[in-house]
Amino acid sequence: MADQRWKRQALLQLTFLRFREFTREPEAIFWGFAFPILLTISLGVAFRNQPAPVLRVAAVTPAVSAALGREPLLDVQELPGPQALEALRAGTVVLMAEPGAAGSVVLHFDDTNPEGRTARMLADRAVQLAAGRVDPVAVSNELTREPGSRYIDFLVPGIIGMGIMGNSIWGLAFSIVDARRRKLMKRLVATPMPRHYYLMSFLLWRLILLVVEVAIPLVFGVLVFGVPLRGSLVQLTAICLFGSLALSALGLLIASRARTIEGVSGLTNLVMLPMWILSGVFFSSQRFPDLIQPLIKALPLTALIDALRANMLRGTSLVQLGPQLAVLVVCFGLCFTLALRLFRWR
Amino acid sequence: MSTTSRSVLHVRGLVKAYKDVVAVNGIDLDVFPGECFGLLGPNGAGKTTTIEICEGLTDADEGIVEVLGLSWRTDAQELRHRLGIQLQETQLSEKITVLETLQLFRGFFRDGPRPAEAIALVQLEEKQHARVGALSGGQKQRLALACALVGNPDLLFLDEPTTGLDPQARRQLWDLIERFKKDGRTILLTTHYMDEAEQLCERVAIMDHGKVIARGTPRELIASIGIEHVVEFSSSPDVRLEPIAAISGVRDVRLSEGSVKMQVTELHRAVPALLDELGRQGAPLSELRTHSATLEDVFVALTGRHLRDG
Repeated sequence: MADQRWKRQALLQLTFLRFREFTREPEAIFWGFAFPILLTISLGVAFRNQPAPVLRVAAVTPAVSAALGREPLLDVQELPGPQALEALRAGTVVLMAEPGAAGSVVLHFDDTNPEGRTARMLADRAVQLAAGRVDPVAVSNELTREPGSRYIDFLVPGIIGMGIMGNSIWGLAFSIVDARRRKLMKRLVATPMPRHYYLMSFLLWRLILLVVEVAIPLVFGVLVFGVPLRGSLVQLTAICLFGSLALSALGLLIASRARTIEGVSGLTNLVMLPMWILSGVFFSSQRFPDLIQPLIKALPLTALIDALRANMLRGTSLVQLGPQLAVLVVCFGLCFTLALRLFRWR
Repeated sequence: MSTTSRSVLHVRGLVKAYKDVVAVNGIDLDVFPGECFGLLGPNGAGKTTTIEICEGLTDADEGIVEVLGLSWRTDAQELRHRLGIQLQETQLSEKITVLETLQLFRGFFRDGPRPAEAIALVQLEEKQHARVGALSGGQKQRLALACALVGNPDLLFLDEPTTGLDPQARRQLWDLIERFKKDGRTILLTTHYMDEAEQLCERVAIMDHGKVIARGTPRELIASIGIEHVVEFSSSPDVRLEPIAAISGVRDVRLSEGSVKMQVTELHRAVPALLDELGRQGAPLSELRTHSATLEDVFVALTGRHLRDG
């Protein structure tokens, strides 16, 4: 039993080491936790749902101006003819209205500009209504702005997936190569420390950190942007766990041979960059050609993000996410086995 | 076989080559219980390769290595529990404290002193809550020593324990190692400082180009080259050396870096005779130094090179 106790101590102490090295590095905390929040805020602000836009139009005479002013979605400016034309050309208004022959109204606009076309319809209706037209059918509006279909809803699962990948790969690969470079690893291997404990301490530490690194953008997204959580939270946790293990194993593999920080940086970029671009963090991976879709689907980050989106936005159950989970499990098994075999212990 | 059973470390015919460089070329060693054995030699002599093979960190190409009567091939885990190892140039994690470092290492061994006791052994009590990154070179080296002691080892390997330290820190480390010796620990240490080997080691093996070129107690080795004292002096460049070489008891007079260096058997006769001769030649004496022969002189006598020349 004493034997078991020292072994537990070894794993515990190694995990403490990870914890202490991380929490005493303020930069790591910033990039790990604060950065995803800042990213979510800035993108959320950039792509926030705005109230229906008001279109700016110019009217040449007070009569036309008054007619157009009845339409709440038009912001009417009264300008003399040449200035109104100038404003249209400069794009500060999308439409210019002037009286034509025999009580008619002439509308100037660019028909290749969607806003111009919208403004034309609104202006036409406003002029007709002002002239006394009565619509034969009453139409009322019911607005729907459904959470789950907005860009921010798409984005938050992507950011969570990207965070898991970034922290797993950078965090693991750099600590390991740094320990190797400083000959700390060689010193540890000279003790009776079971070697697989060394690798396990990294995975264990990743799982502890996972709670925080997922919770922060998730809670933030839900509270601030009202991102929906339609699936089971337990299953969401399971997805994050699978994803973290798969990507951490990939991090171990990346770090298994490299002796220098430069070497491991190159490898890390080589592995992460394609996933950032292809796996659908910021836009749907469906936009890439069909030819490479099987490849994209096989990337662990794609599997993770797809599963996160399915759970959060559509409430899909884990049972239906078999292909994604399979990718993650295979990635973990393959990378961890290879890493163990290739690992340079000095 | 009698040496095998008595020795704590038993090495025969050790060979290790890296690509085209033969780092260790047929080394035999025996370290006996309770002694401090020194591997002395210039950088690149093969000392670190030899000690790392004994520590089970490097595989030998050929030869027998028995540590505590066990073999690395069959008893690696048992050996790791019973050896204390301090490597050259290990940088421990800088963000954790001295105490946390020892808790970490203590966690790897089945028994041994408590972390605080290990800290006391190397006199770092005042620094136990300081981060490793804030320690001086000597303190870091003492911490490395504590990490080697935390499993209460039967054999301690120290690879260049004082390299890069200032004289005061070296002396402090020597005192600690002397204390470990008094506690009856067996130590194998490598060094390229001859004074360190003379101070600490009961027996030394002098290595050069992957081979042991001499072995014995420091006293035996110094006696073996037949030099008792070395006299060095500086004078005018045109001083004639032949009459000096003819003084009785003086051998091997040579000019090096503007000063004259010679080996002398009887200091009390040679020095007055030298002064008389210089007086006769009317040559001024700007510097005169004498010292007893050291392991450095042994190395010079054996190889014609200085240890520090590499």
